Amino acid sequence: MSMMHAAQVGAAPSTAHLMRWVIVATLPGIAAMTFYFGLGVISNVLLAGLFALGAEALIVTLRQRPVRPALWDSSALLTGVLLGASLPPASPWWLIAVGVLAAVVVAKQLYGGLGHNPFNPAMVGYALLLVSFPTYMTLWSPPQPLTADTLFNQTLWAKIIGSLPPATLDALSGATPLDAFKHKGEAVLASEFWASQPLPEGTLSAWRNVALAWLIGGLVLIAKRIISWHIPVAMLGSMMLLAALFYASDPSHFASPLFHLLTGATLFGAFFIATDPVSAATSQRGKLIYGAGIGALVMIIRTFGGYPDAVAFAVLLMNLCVPLLDIYTVPRPSGHANTATHPAPKEPL
Amino acid sequence: MSQWRQLTREGLWSNNPALVQLLGLCPLLAVSGSVVNALGLAIATLLVMVGASTTISLLRHQVPSAVRLPAFVMIIAAFVTCAELLMAAYAYPLYQVLGIFIPLIVTNCAILGRADAFASRQSVLPAAIDGFMMGVGFGAVLIVLGAIRELLGQGTLFSGMALLFGPAAANWQLTLVDNYQFLFFILPPGAFFVAGLLIALKNAFDQRSATRARPATVTPRSDRRVRVTGTIK
Repeated sequence: MSMMHAAQVGAAPSTAHLMRWVIVATLPGIAAMTFYFGLGVISNVLLAGLFALGAEALIVTLRQRPVRPALWDSSALLTGVLLGASLPPASPWWLIAVGVLAAVVVAKQLYGGLGHNPFNPAMVGYALLLVSFPTYMTLWSPPQPLTADTLFNQTLWAKIIGSLPPATLDALSGATPLDAFKHKGEAVLASEFWASQPLPEGTLSAWRNVALAWLIGGLVLIAKRIISWHIPVAMLGSMMLLAALFYASDPSHFASPLFHLLTGATLFGAFFIATDPVSAATSQRGKLIYGAGIGALVMIIRTFGGYPDAVAFAVLLMNLCVPLLDIYTVPRPSGHANTATHPAPKEPL
Repeated sequence: MSQWRQLTREGLWSNNPALVQLLGLCPLLAVSGSVVNALGLAIATLLVMVGASTTISLLRHQVPSAVRLPAFVMIIAAFVTCAELLMAAYAYPLYQVLGIFIPLIVTNCAILGRADAFASRQSVLPAAIDGFMMGVGFGAVLIVLGAIRELLGQGTLFSGMALLFGPAAANWQLTLVDNYQFLFFILPPGAFFVAGLLIALKNAFDQRSATRARPATVTPRSDRRVRVTGTIK
């Protein structure tokens, strides 16, 4: 691994090509989420995508740069889609708008635009919303069949006028599996917790199937060589390793590795968030370290931190380390001395 | 007289401790959650800055340069203690709200920075003026930051002024938006964000007035470098 093969010469795919493939690959995940959590999900994605294009057009115009190429490369649209897919189904329009503005205007364009942003734009938007509006960001209603999606009718108006009636708040608030397990309490053993049926019927399987749908999209991206395997494999590997260590040390208080893998944003984050080509590490060794760092941070924050899920914070923290990783993991070109780890021999005088 | 004007301009604008020297950021960012907090800390910092600059200038021939920094810190700490006691006496509720950030004025690098860079090399009057103007410049940024964060964070202005001005100020609060809360701007990240915007705004203003004062010179075609930021032509 310390020596790389020569680069294969071929037509480099355009940015727009990559971005559009990632958008296509989000479709299974978004479809599964819509199936279990209602039409609110898809309206989030559409609204966020629309807002993202509008915000990009606005800020690019203000920066006096050509608008058409900026919109045409679909990167803003992708940021909107990823952010929209992370939000709870009952999010009002202004919540989506604030998140998109933070993502596209602040995290992406104020740092110099596509290719210059050190932080993952969608996750900056998500983290801002999670810190600022915790009530709205935890409205994950229990899953229900799409055919009987009564909540959507109730929340559609709220989505448009921007505030939810207090009566529907109860119906909407439901714990995600990670949230429920985190707040089970010290005195409750894991076996007792699961025996008490803490979640409405079908919640766990809904989250599991959504996670598997994201995995399908992710595998498509790897098969189409849009992303490389390094970051997802390293992230999931380090997460599973840490989760297994915790679980082996005390199975009655730590969740199993499989639970961590199939709930929350683990698989979505591993294939769609951590792999953002701009804010991730670039060399292969760098990608492995970057992914492993995200996985470890997710497990540490999930287990010991204040938030039930941690993909957004873990990705942002590792984004900070990327410049350092990129300096220390420069690949050695074939035939050159390995200057990164061994200093070049001194010239005899 | 021209020295007055220069010191004033430097303290308030061209060498502003918060926007240009970027000193004393810890209290600036931590305490600017509302106007009343910002005003309280601004007044305390101003008092300390004037007192410390004057005293350090008076003692500048007596303090050996090897131990000048510890000596300056002791002098600053003495004035901070005075400010703290005054605040505890006359604005006790605000004193409780600001808590640790009043003693922490000792570590405000804007004060030590001016003491070492200016007051220890100047006679008393310029040192006092410089301390006053730097204090006002720092305080002004603090208050503007507090106002913006209070407005964007909870939709009000001048809430809780009774902490500083007593019961007479209880109804000074202006509520611009009801039932509004945007926690980001109240929390520290919002302070970094707004402070960054203020710095950008000041630089944009300076650039605009500089280009207005001096007509743009045309660069020869061959001298142009490839630009990755700014206007693409």
